[in-house]
Formats: sequence, structure tokens, C-alpha cells
Amino acid sequence: MSDTHAHSVAFVRTETLPQLPPPVGERGAVKWMRENLFSTIPNGILTLVALYVIYRFAAFALPWIANGIWNTDSLAECREVLDGTTGACFSVISERWNQLLFGFSYPSELYWRPALAFVLLFFAAAPVMFFDLPRKLLIFTALYPFIAFWLIWGGTILTPLFALVGIVVGYLVYSRYVRDSFAMGFFGGVLAALIFWWLSGYVTAALAPEEPFLEAVQSRDMGGFMLNMILGVVCVSLSLPLGIVLALGRQSSMPIIKWICVIFIEFIRGVPLITLLFVANVVLAYFLPPGTTFDLILRVIIMITMFSSAYIAEVIRGGLAALPKGQYEAADSLGLDYAQAMRLIILPQALKISIPGIVNVAVGLFKDTTLVSVISMFDLVGMIRGPILSSTDWNGVYWELFMAASVLFFVVCYGISQYSQWLERRLATDHR
Amino acid sequence: MAETQPSMDTNVDTSQMQVSDEVAITIEGMNKWYGAFHVLRDINLTVNRGERIVICGPSGSGKSTLIRCINALEEHQQGKITVDGTLLSSDLKNIDKIRSEVGMCFQHFNLFPHLTILENCTLAPIWVRKTPKKEAEETAMHFLEKVKIPDQANKYPGQLSGGQQQRVAIARSLCMRPRIMLFDEPTSALDPEMIKEVLDTMIELAEEGMTMLCVTHEMGFARQVANRVIFMDQGQIVEQNEPEEFFNNPKSERTQLFLSQILGH
Ligand SMILES: Nc1ncnc2c1ncn2[C@@H]1O[C@H](COP(=O)(O)OP(=O)(O)OP(=O)(O)O)[C@@H](O)[C@H]1O
Ligand SMILES: [Mg+2]
Repeated sequence: MSDTHAHSVAFVRTETLPQLPPPVGERGAVKWMRENLFSTIPNGILTLVALYVIYRFAAFALPWIANGIWNTDSLAECREVLDGTTGACFSVISERWNQLLFGFSYPSELYWRPALAFVLLFFAAAPVMFFDLPRKLLIFTALYPFIAFWLIWGGTILTPLFALVGIVVGYLVYSRYVRDSFAMGFFGGVLAALIFWWLSGYVTAALAPEEPFLEAVQSRDMGGFMLNMILGVVCVSLSLPLGIVLALGRQSSMPIIKWICVIFIEFIRGVPLITLLFVANVVLAYFLPPGTTFDLILRVIIMITMFSSAYIAEVIRGGLAALPKGQYEAADSLGLDYAQAMRLIILPQALKISIPGIVNVAVGLFKDTTLVSVISMFDLVGMIRGPILSSTDWNGVYWELFMAASVLFFVVCYGISQYSQWLERRLATDHR
Repeated sequence: MAETQPSMDTNVDTSQMQVSDEVAITIEGMNKWYGAFHVLRDINLTVNRGERIVICGPSGSGKSTLIRCINALEEHQQGKITVDGTLLSSDLKNIDKIRSEVGMCFQHFNLFPHLTILENCTLAPIWVRKTPKKEAEETAMHFLEKVKIPDQANKYPGQLSGGQQQRVAIARSLCMRPRIMLFDEPTSALDPEMIKEVLDTMIELAEEGMTMLCVTHEMGFARQVANRVIFMDQGQIVEQNEPEEFFNNPKSERTQLFLSQILGH
């Protein structure tokens, strides 16, 4: 082959030329720095200033962290050990770690229960978050709220059991009557569940053993990061469906439904969350019949859920508005009914568009759970501001404690954000 | 064409049977307004089973609105529309039933971008017709083969060319086994070389005897497959005739003007 080539073509190079490297200024780190850090004189000055600031910060923070003390019993002892050198007093974190996580009155011998609930949370969330997993795992997800409630609050198993059965009863009634009309099925189901729960209250009271298998813990004993997690997880998972319903309701062609949703959303968005929490704490008690105890955590959950569902509804409305009208028409023209069109065509696309906005609200909500510290609940921030900082041992350890709180929140929020980016990539099918 | 008016005597049963055997769509005295704007005026139209009708007319004359009224994507304010023997009412069940019998193809395809081609085609049969998934997939592959893109079944709509997408849209409608197909300018968003592949698919469909109503400005297609060409202007049916007559001997002045414009260049 090369023979014929050599004959027919006048000049053929038989070996490749050696590759010459580009000039020194045009390769590797030098090139990168010249292009990105020192491309012009002002840029060069900015780079130097920034480097100086970073240096000053690191020069202070790194020794402070590296010199940190982890094993003393009070701030005074810390100062003694440090003996004038810079260094953090992280001992407050190691000594009060359990309080930071569980609050100060959750019985310490029962810490394993919320910890187990936390671990199970990952198994419950996995099939929802990673929908390639087998669908059967969703059964555990459905049972999880009841298991977690039982683990954290303890008490008789009849309470979560009847709660679960009540939902099943409601669903059965719903599916029995929904064929006649949706409203009838819906209200029938809700009514049946309420009646069932009301009756089961008496049964529980009569049957509950003196010494339940899991010792009961009162809501007021919940605290620490556990309380933030409970509020965050429950409120996010409730406000998403509620937000979807509100967003669809706002688009409804039925004026009553539309106006109820509009007024709800606009009202809730116009009020600061703190106000709603105060309402939950104080004012709600006036509206309830005297003598009824209405769990404070439940009240707070209702308020935060309402608050964030209004925001999520608006985010989803944006997603719905971004869909071309043709998608609705195509779904209609194939004979899909409203529920099918929404569930199979409209919502999957609208929710996908809304992911960044929903995550934004979810992260914000999770951080806003720290606001409950103002209504004297001892969540992570409440614990720090209250029992820990006011104790004689640890009075004055602000930096270390709030750093610990920031790290805990950051880990969760960054996790949510990373998950949402993965989800967006996973769902990218439009190839535009 | 003699018995187009459904008889109103007491013997409803037999007469309706007879009507629905050969008449696919009747529209009687239909009027539609958008707010105060009178879009469709006094439309009377009977489409026999197996008939291929091409609707043309200047932009804004109400062609889209007319065929969208037939499957209730738009509601009309006056008159009666009977599709496949069922009188169109505002009852949702009735509307969904008619929609599942009438296929529709849009100018911009309107495929579902989050579903694969195959899922696009099986969705409605599975959820509306309650067809088992396996069977629905077989049907879908059958029709995808018919529109000559079975090898794209597992791609997403965004990965297909415009012409391919429109053929998928046709296949998606056919999977519901409709008795009537509506087309709203199916080729006007396509490049010339893709127009042909879509028109070929439609011609094939016509040859199999599908009842078709097609809004299009493809006059070659109209000549080749239409039984009747309808010319609309300002919300009215101005003229309707067999294609030969329609193109060679347009009666009204407006039709002549329209044809000279559209065929002129
Ligand atoms: N949703 C609407 N609200 C108000 N007016 C409308 C609406 N849709 C269409 N129209 C008006 O109704 C008239 C008929 O519209 P239609 O879409 O049926 O026209 P067309 O014949 O299909 O035109 P084209 O060839 O441009 O598609 C137009 O004048 C248009 O402006
Ligand atoms: Mg049109």
C-alpha cells in the first residue's frame, strides 16, 4: 500500500514531525493564571487584594480551629488550658452534643428512638427521591410517618395504628363514592376518617396499657436539631401536595374554588411567619373549646405548612404558566379527563420546571424552623440561646455554638440542593 | 347526501342508527363568539363517513376554530354538533367520549416532551381505553411502523425532526383507533422536505378510508385526496365543491381572489 503511494505521489512524509510544546507563557498553570487572574492591571490588583484578605482570614481562623479544645467541662477550664493562645473551645459541642440534637428534656436513655427514626427516614425517602428503585418500597414510605411518630413520641401503639386505619377507612369511603361525584367522595372520605378518629379516641383511652411498650414522651420535651428535623420534614412533605392543590385551585374554572385559593395564598404570603407562629402559640387557644389540649408542635406544623404551601403554590403556578397551551389541548384531545391530564401530562412537566423554586422554598422553610425559638420552643437555636448560653459553664461561647448550628443546617440544605441538581439532570428529556 | 338532516320524528332509534352509519359529523346552525367577536357564523356542514374534507381560507377566517369546536376544544354558543351519533353537550363525560373517538393533529405537534415516543402513543389507550400495557405497546408499534419510525420508539420527542414528530403525533392519535381525524395545518410548521413525508402518511390514511377533516394550504394534497374542498372567509363557509370544480371553476369572487393569491406564487 505504501509502495504504490510512494510511486504515485511526488512527496510523502514517512514519519510524523516531533510535537513542539507551546511557548512557556501559553501553557499550564502560567497560562491559566495570566488569563484568569492577571489579564489586566486592575484585575491583577484585585487578585492581590483578594489573596491578602484570604490570607488574613486563614491566618486567624486556621490556628483558632486547629488549636480547638474538645474535652473540657466549662469555658473557664477551656481558657485555662489555652492559656492565652488563640483557640476555639469546642468542648461545649462535645459536652452538650446530645442536648444540641435532642433538647434538654428528652430522656437520654431513649435517644436511640429518634435516632432510629432518623435512619429509617432515609429508607422512607429513597423510593420517593430515586424513582428508579422498585415501586414496592413505597409501602414502607407510606407506613413511615406512623412508625416515626410511634418511635419519637412513644406511648401506646394504638394511636398511630388508629390514625393509619382512619386514613384507610377514609380512602375506602372515598373510592366507593368518587364514582358518583368527586366532591361526594372527597367529603365523604374526610368525614368517615374524622368519625373514625373520634371514636377511636375513646377506644384508645379505654384500651391503652398503663406501661406502654415504648415509654411516652411529651411534645414539650422535644427539642434540639431533632425538632428542626421533625418540623422541616413534616412541613415540606405536607406543603408540597397542598401547594399543588392550591396552584391547581387557583387555575380552576370554578370561581368559588379559585377565590378561596387566591385569598388563602395572598393572605398567607402577606403575613410574616413569626406572626403566624405567635398566632399558633397564643391566639389559637382562644378559638378552641376550653379544656382541649391541642399539641403545640401540631399547631406549629399547621402554621409552617400553610405558610410554605402558599409559596410553593406560587412557584408551581409559574411552572404551570410556562407550559404551552398545546400540552393541555393535546391531553384533552386524546380524551384524558382532568385528573389524568394533570397527573400524567401537566404536573410532571410543571413540577420539573418548578424544581429550583420548590427547593428554594424547602431550604428556606427548613431554616425558618429555627423561628420557633421565639415562641419558647427549644429547637437547635433555642437550645443554644437558652439553656446552653445561659448556663454558668458555657456563658459566652457564641462562635463555636453557632458555627456548629450552621454546619448542621448547611449539611442538610446543601444535601437538598445537590439532590435537586441531580434530579434536574435526571429529568432532562427535552434535549432542547 | 339526501338524508343529511337527522329526522326529528318519534322513531328516533332506527333513524339515528341509519344516520350514524353513514354520517360522521353534522353541524347545524352553529355560531361562536369570542366575547363580542363573532368568529363563526351560521355554520352548516355534514361530513359523511369516509369523506375527506379540506378546509382552506385566509388567515383568521375561523378554520381552526371550526375544527376545534368539533372535539370541544372550543365551546360553541349556538347550534348543534353531532359527532358519531353523539350530540355534543357541555357534560364532561360526553365530551371525553367524543374526544376519544376523534383524533386530532396540531400545527405544533404537541407531543409530550417528558415521555418517550412509545409512551406518548400508549398513554391514552392505557388510561382512557384501559387497554393492557402490553397490548397498547403492540398497537403503538404497529402504528409507528405505519408512519415509518418504529426505530425511534424509545427516543424522546426532542430528539426527533419536525416531520418525524408530526408523524408520531399522527400515530399517537391513531392508537386510540379514532373514527374521525382532524388536522389543523399539520404541515405549516415544517420544512419543505419534511412536508412530503407527513403528507404521504396522510394520503395513506385517506386511502384506507379514514374520515378526515383537514385545514391545510397544501393544494396538491387537496386535489389528490379530498372529496370536497371548503372555503371559509370571515367565519362563514363561502363555498364548497369537489376539488376539480373548486380549483378550476371557483364561483365566488372571494374564492377566486384567494386561489389566485395562494396558487399565484
Ligand atoms: N382565544 C381567542 N380569543 C379571542 N379571539 C380569538 C381567539 N382565538 C382566535 N381568535 C380570533 O378568531 C379568529 C379566527 O381564528 P382562527 O384561529 O380560527 O383562524 P384560522 O382561520 O385558523 O387562521 P390561521 O390560518 O391563521 O390559523 C381570528 O380573528 C382570531 O383573532
Ligand atoms: Mg389556524
